[in-house]
This record gives sequence, structure tokens and C-alpha cells, in this order.
Amino acid sequence: MSIVLDQVTVSYGRGAKRFDAARNVSLSIGEGEAYGLVGESGSGKSTVLRAVAGLIAHAEGRVELAGQTMGRHRSTAQRKMVQMVFQDPYGSLHPNQTVDQTLSMPIAIHRLGNADRRVAAALEEVGLGPQHRFRYPHQLSGGQRQRIAIARALILEPRILLLDEPTSALDVSVQAEILNLLSRLRREHGLTMLMVSHDLAVIAHLCDRIAVMNRGEIVETTTAEALAAGDVTNPYTQQLLRSNRGFDPSGAELDLLDAGPTR
Amino acid sequence: MAMGAPLLRVRNLSVTYPSDDGDFRAVRNVSFTVGRERLGIVGESGSGKSTTGRAIMGLARPPARVKADELMLGEVDLRAQSERQLRRLRGKRMAMVLQDPKYSLDPVMQVGEQIAETHRTHLGSSKAEARVAALEMLNAVHIRDPERVYAMYPHQVSGGMGQRIMIAAMLIAGPELLIADEPTSALDVTVQTQVLSIMDELVRERGMGLILISHNLHLVSSFCDRVLVMYAGQVVEICDAGSLADAQHPYTRGLLAALPQLGLKRDELPQLQRDPAWMDDIATPLETHSRKVGA
Repeated sequence: MSIVLDQVTVSYGRGAKRFDAARNVSLSIGEGEAYGLVGESGSGKSTVLRAVAGLIAHAEGRVELAGQTMGRHRSTAQRKMVQMVFQDPYGSLHPNQTVDQTLSMPIAIHRLGNADRRVAAALEEVGLGPQHRFRYPHQLSGGQRQRIAIARALILEPRILLLDEPTSALDVSVQAEILNLLSRLRREHGLTMLMVSHDLAVIAHLCDRIAVMNRGEIVETTTAEALAAGDVTNPYTQQLLRSNRGFDPSGAELDLLDAGPTR
Repeated sequence: MAMGAPLLRVRNLSVTYPSDDGDFRAVRNVSFTVGRERLGIVGESGSGKSTTGRAIMGLARPPARVKADELMLGEVDLRAQSERQLRRLRGKRMAMVLQDPKYSLDPVMQVGEQIAETHRTHLGSSKAEARVAALEMLNAVHIRDPERVYAMYPHQVSGGMGQRIMIAAMLIAGPELLIADEPTSALDVTVQTQVLSIMDELVRERGMGLILISHNLHLVSSFCDRVLVMYAGQVVEICDAGSLADAQHPYTRGLLAALPQLGLKRDELPQLQRDPAWMDDIATPLETHSRKVGA
């Protein structure tokens, strides 16, 4: 198993003010598998991703990556193993640093050496060329920026890639290019991927197994095939599935308003 | 199609931004009419769909140059209106809902007051009358406990509630035409369909025309009666919404193919190959109609 989460709880505040952003989340994801987490804002899916990345400390439970149980502090080698791509390529790249500087930084931090060769190789890997190397983010399109963000994650040769809504800020045609790039990288490097999205079609395209989160908990685990067939049991998953199919002219959604908000 | 005289007639609308490298034509010779129906405009970022909406509202300001052979809201020639006259029309006869309620609501004013203000401005009502009307309007957008919500500030409401408040503020003066520019893109999927249902309900009840601008092909084709597809500032195709799957333009077809679909597992998504010829000026857009018998 490449990623194992055992009863992981992440909480903020304490005592009466304690809020569990993720509660008793258990998952196990195999080497080279692509696993999806879906849910709406506030459902805890990004929290789970951050706990795996080590960006927030999990309060309870166990996070195991590639056979090693993660402690409160991770070693440099443990950090190198897990890299993340964020949603908004406009916000995740430093506006005053060139592509070259952005990609060289992780190499310097991890003292990998051969920066010049590694940067060139990473750019080629994501379908960009030497002409993009000394540009600033504002000189790149949204799709090119997301490619840079992916290159920055790949440059450390991680085993696990975490994807937080990697295409939701992009146009449909660019989304297809990025999704194809991610499939290829997974195939060629045997990467384990954990991807978060609110778009069921995008998740089902890339991932075989999918967990649905609501209010901090996994409410259902399913597969891409079961989702496509509408073969889901949890009422929240059914609602999500219906909303993803577009607008329902029967106005059935209005009934849900009286059922109260989802968070 | 559209019943009676169209609410909005647009003929050869162009919006041009001057730049150092010559003029940039954001919208090129766009023509369409809107009746008491739901018209969708889809396209990717930069296709000119939002600029079209803003130009109709009179919000494309200099240095943008707006030109049209015809731009009629009912019997009113929008091209001939002064800024002052346009201000009276906006809200009263045509209104616009934008993407994110966080940015379109005034952060330091109670949300109910913002709805009431529109009522007072356009209908000359008293404070008390406007309050009653605003509460009714909150009720119409399915907000339970309107009294409590009336006194809330924008930061205290959720995204879905904020967008319903925006819709209430936009519809309270009874406009004939509502332009909604990505009205649900900032919302969660389940909330999206709720907000659209409410908008649909109100637009139907009041016999209004609606222009829904969105990048989301599924959403537009499931919600609207007709869809305009824009590329590089031009309308390249007009489809009856149900027949989007039969679209003819290679751009529309390419977009549809590039969309991941549940139940259609493909190793590679077909990537859109842009043909430089799509940039050329076109005389008339392609039209795709649903195959109705005897229509």
C-alpha cells in the first residue's frame, strides 16, 4: 500500500469550540493507483489531502506513506516523497519569479544538484520547452501555468502526487490537455495519485476508486463504473450525481432547500 | 420560438479595444434576438461572451468602442441612451447577475436594504413599502425566515444564499430581461442547481427573457431553450438546446468531445485542435435545430 489512512481525524480548536474538519477517515490506496475524493466545499476533502501532504498535523489516527508511519515532523526525504498540485495556477506560482527560479527552488532545498539539467527535463516532461524557462507567470496561459505547477511537483521525483482540483480553474479544452498529461505521467512513472474534485466526471475519468465526503466524513466509497451506472446508495451521493448531470427542469432541487443546507 | 415581439434585438454588435498592437476585436458582428425565453451563450474564456453581456447593459466603457446596427430593448434604442438614461434602464428594464455574490453585494449594507434600495430607486416607493417588497422578494427566492436574513450582512450568508439575494435585488423592480453571467460558477454543484431552479421559476412566472452566460456546456444545454456558441468574439453556431449533441461546428464538437463523461472511459481525451480558419470573419453562424416533426 502506498497511502494508508487509519481513522484519521483533523480538528481545529479545542473543548467546546473543537471542530472536526475530517473525522475518522480511513483509506488505503495501492502503489500506482489513482484514487478520487469528491465532495463540496467544507466537506473535508482538501483537509484530508493536506493531512497526507503533512501541511497540517493530524490530531488522531495514523498516516502511513510507502510503509512508513508519519510522525508530527517529517524528514526531508519523507517530504520529497509526497508532492502536491493546487487548484489555482494563478495563485500558486510566485508572480515575481521566473519559471526557472520556481523550478530550481525545490532542487536547492533538497540539495539534489544538477539544477540546469533537472529543470530542462521537467519542462520537457510537461510538454513545455526552453522558450518558457525564463518567463514570468503572467507571460503564460492558465494551462501553461498549471503545467509549471505540475513540473514543480515532479521535479523532486515523488512517489505520491496529490491533486487539489487541478483543472477546475481551466477551460474545457485546457482541462482535457492537463488530464491527458496527468494520465501519461501516472503511466510512465507509476505515480500514486490522490485527487480531489467536485466534478464527478473529471474524477471518474482519472480514478478507478472514489470516496464521497460530506461534513468531514466519508459517506460512501464507490467506483467510476458504479457512479456511471448510478449505482450509489448514499442519498448525498445521489444528490451530487444528479447535480452533476446538469439542470433538472422538474425543479426537484427546490425540495432540497427545505431539507436544509448541506453544511 | 420567441412569442410576440422580441424583448431584445441585437444586430452586428461589435466591441473593440484599442491596443498598441492595433485594435483587439473582443466581439465581432454578433446578432441575435431574445424573446420570453432562456438563451444561453457558451464559450471559453476570452471568447467575448461576457463582453457581449456588458455591452448590452451599456457597461462596456471607453476605451472600448461599441458599435451595432441595431441594439433595441423593446422599443428603446440602447445606442441612443445617455449614461443617465441607461442608469434608469438598468435595474428597471434589464438587470445583470454576476458570478460571485461576495463581490457584487455591498459588504457594509444589510442585504435586505440592498434589495429595498433598488425598489425605492426605480419605483419611487417609501421606505416601508420597499421593505415589505424586499421581504416578499426574499420569500420568492425561497429564503426561509426573510425577516432575519433581511438584517444580515453579506459576510454572514453562504454563497448560495448570497446569489439568491442578488437575484432578489435584480428582479425586484420587474425587469423584462435578466442577463446572468456565470451566476453559479462560484457555488457548489448541488447549490448551483437550486439557484438555477429559483431563477427559472421567477423568469417563467414573470414572463421574462433570460440570457445565461456560461462556460459550462452541460449546464447551458440542460437549462436553456437556445444556445449561442462563441469563439474568438463571433457567434459560430446557434443550437436548439436539446440538439447540442448534433452541433456541426468543429469547435463546438471539439469542446463536447474534450469533456470527460461519466460512463465513457477513454484513455485519452481528444484535445481540441484549433483551426486558424475559425478566426476568419463569418457571414452567418451555423444553425442546428432539434428534429421536431411538423415544427
